[in-house]
Amino acid sequence: MCTFSRAPITTGTSVLGIKFDGGVAIAADILGSYGSLARFRDCPRIIKVNKNIILGAGGDYADYQYLKDIIEQKIIDDECQDDGFHLKPKSLHCWLTRVLYNRRSKFDPFWTNFIVGGIQDGETFLGTVDKLGTAYEDMHIATGYGAYIALPLMRDALEKNPDLDMRQAQELLVKCLEVLYYRDARSFPKVSLI
Amino acid sequence: MVSTMQSVCDVPAIHNAGPKAASFNPYADNGGSIVAIAGNDFAIIASDTRLSSGFSVYTREQSKLFKLSDTTVLGATGCWCDTLTLTRILEARMQMYLHEHQKCMSTAAVAQMLSTMMYYKRFFPYYISNILAGLDDEGKGCIYSYDVIGHCEKAKFRAGGSAGALLQPLLDNQIGLKNMENVDVQTINVEKALAVIKDVFISAAERDIYTGDSILIKVITKDGIRDENFPLRRD
Amino acid sequence: MSSIGTGYDLSASQFSPDGRVFQVEYAQKAVENSGTIIGLRGKDGVVLAVEKLVTSKLYEPGANTRIFNIDRHVGMAVSGLISDARQIVETAKIEASNYRAQYGTAIPLKYLNDRVSMYMHAYTLYSAVRPFGCSVIAGSYEVDTPVMYMIDPSGVSYGYYGCAVGKAKQAAKTEIEKLKLQDLSCRELVKEAARIIYVVHDELKDKQFELELSWVGAVTDGLHERVPADVYQEAEKFAKAAMADDSDSDTEDM
Repeated sequence: MCTFSRAPITTGTSVLGIKFDGGVAIAADILGSYGSLARFRDCPRIIKVNKNIILGAGGDYADYQYLKDIIEQKIIDDECQDDGFHLKPKSLHCWLTRVLYNRRSKFDPFWTNFIVGGIQDGETFLGTVDKLGTAYEDMHIATGYGAYIALPLMRDALEKNPDLDMRQAQELLVKCLEVLYYRDARSFPKVSLI
Repeated sequence: MVSTMQSVCDVPAIHNAGPKAASFNPYADNGGSIVAIAGNDFAIIASDTRLSSGFSVYTREQSKLFKLSDTTVLGATGCWCDTLTLTRILEARMQMYLHEHQKCMSTAAVAQMLSTMMYYKRFFPYYISNILAGLDDEGKGCIYSYDVIGHCEKAKFRAGGSAGALLQPLLDNQIGLKNMENVDVQTINVEKALAVIKDVFISAAERDIYTGDSILIKVITKDGIRDENFPLRRD
Repeated sequence: MSSIGTGYDLSASQFSPDGRVFQVEYAQKAVENSGTIIGLRGKDGVVLAVEKLVTSKLYEPGANTRIFNIDRHVGMAVSGLISDARQIVETAKIEASNYRAQYGTAIPLKYLNDRVSMYMHAYTLYSAVRPFGCSVIAGSYEVDTPVMYMIDPSGVSYGYYGCAVGKAKQAAKTEIEKLKLQDLSCRELVKEAARIIYVVHDELKDKQFELELSWVGAVTDGLHERVPADVYQEAEKFAKAAMADDSDSDTEDM
């Protein structure tokens, strides 16, 4: 059997996501690492998908861009349809689960992890998918080193104050990224936050 | 010719500074335990709600129980991405059965289909420990447990998942009344089963790092399915 | 018709002795039986208008529309057999999508027009297929320049300032020629387009119709959109007023 699996080339590190009162926020830095080399300094990896979905990605940057292009075309198709329906965060999250799972089953994975955030039917949504297709939802999600460093900070903050407002959530994410920058060698002080 | 060779050899090894090749493992162990107990007119199935990988807890509130019909519930732990896929296909297959036969699938039929579906992927298995609980056609509680390639066994009580090996002997003793002398054999009731389930999960959470956070219990009776929650230690 | 019974009209792959392909001409006839569509290219955008004939009162309003989005910046109005037209629309959408996937930018209408005309033309070459029974008008707004093309069933296409297809294309063309297209803005064009559709509509033969209006230009930031409800109503009011004036002057004449 011909088994092949690629290695990630240019990579992004942790992505953080959190729910707050009335919304969700996702944050990540914009460094594209080449192994241990801090090679690309302007690789934003959080996008607004449509008016109710945001998406953040970590792992292989090329895989992310490839999927981003497909997602953006889906949005254009949606708009062209002009029937008033739009892609919803749960649908995108589920779709990513299937795409990533199918690729891992071919032993040719997309070496990425995604955080999908958004608002659906008046409720906030925050979910994640990794390169295997492992998916779950939570109040707060962190990938990569963030799972070890930022997630405890976020859980602690949410335990003390379960009803963060937008400003508090943003401050929390920025603080988490700051802490990540201290300890994660593959991080960068410039960030994008949506 | 020589010069051509030379120039090929002169190409600097650009990959030295580059990323290291990483091997790819399509499976992950996301932990979690399931316990199911069947009585004369009920079946109970419970899972913990921790989803984890290695030393990190992904989420503390992931149900691993899937209500398939009014009389059947599946508990699935192991590789979570396989669980998601399997349960989605299973639900679709049950929907197709419903529309073709104009009736809901019986627990026994689901049990057989699940075995077939698992074996279908014999050479690239779903890495899942499945336990199916439900009521049979006569309304009696029944439990089916599986290995990853579709071997299926009917039982009265079963533990599975990351703490399965830890809990099964406990169930053998407490529910099966094995290795005990002078015990009066009674049929088990819901209260006793619930108490045992809570006890065994508390024990599992002490010893197994992949089990914890809380338990979700589903009690299946002819009147429907009732949910119960119970907190566990979160460390 | 001179073609009938000669045997040269049975296939699109054979010329008649006087150098015509009758199947293509029949396809053009199919378009001429359909409701009128017009496209107007002004100084800051393109306006598309459709007289969508409603053949039964039992149809839902807004069904079977004849204006489509191809990409964010491209609109297409179609005339002729609606199912044939939908296939063209689908082809155009795929072309636009492929172009974006390949080059990362929006497809230029000139290129899209080339591709779609080639596709339609291919269906005029073989005996196993029939030509498309539809004509399409595509409009877009690129780098502050409005662009508009029309393709007919033969696969021929031209760029236009103003064009009309369908039942009343002659009457519509006469009306369009009266306009100073290069000086008109989208807002003015929408009204004129609505008026022309109302004027050329034949109330005796086709009782009911729905007016469809869309635009792409500076007003929409380069996006192709159906005109907003208020603009639509204003244009319709303008068209009806113009009709009333017209019939008033008719009675005066008598």
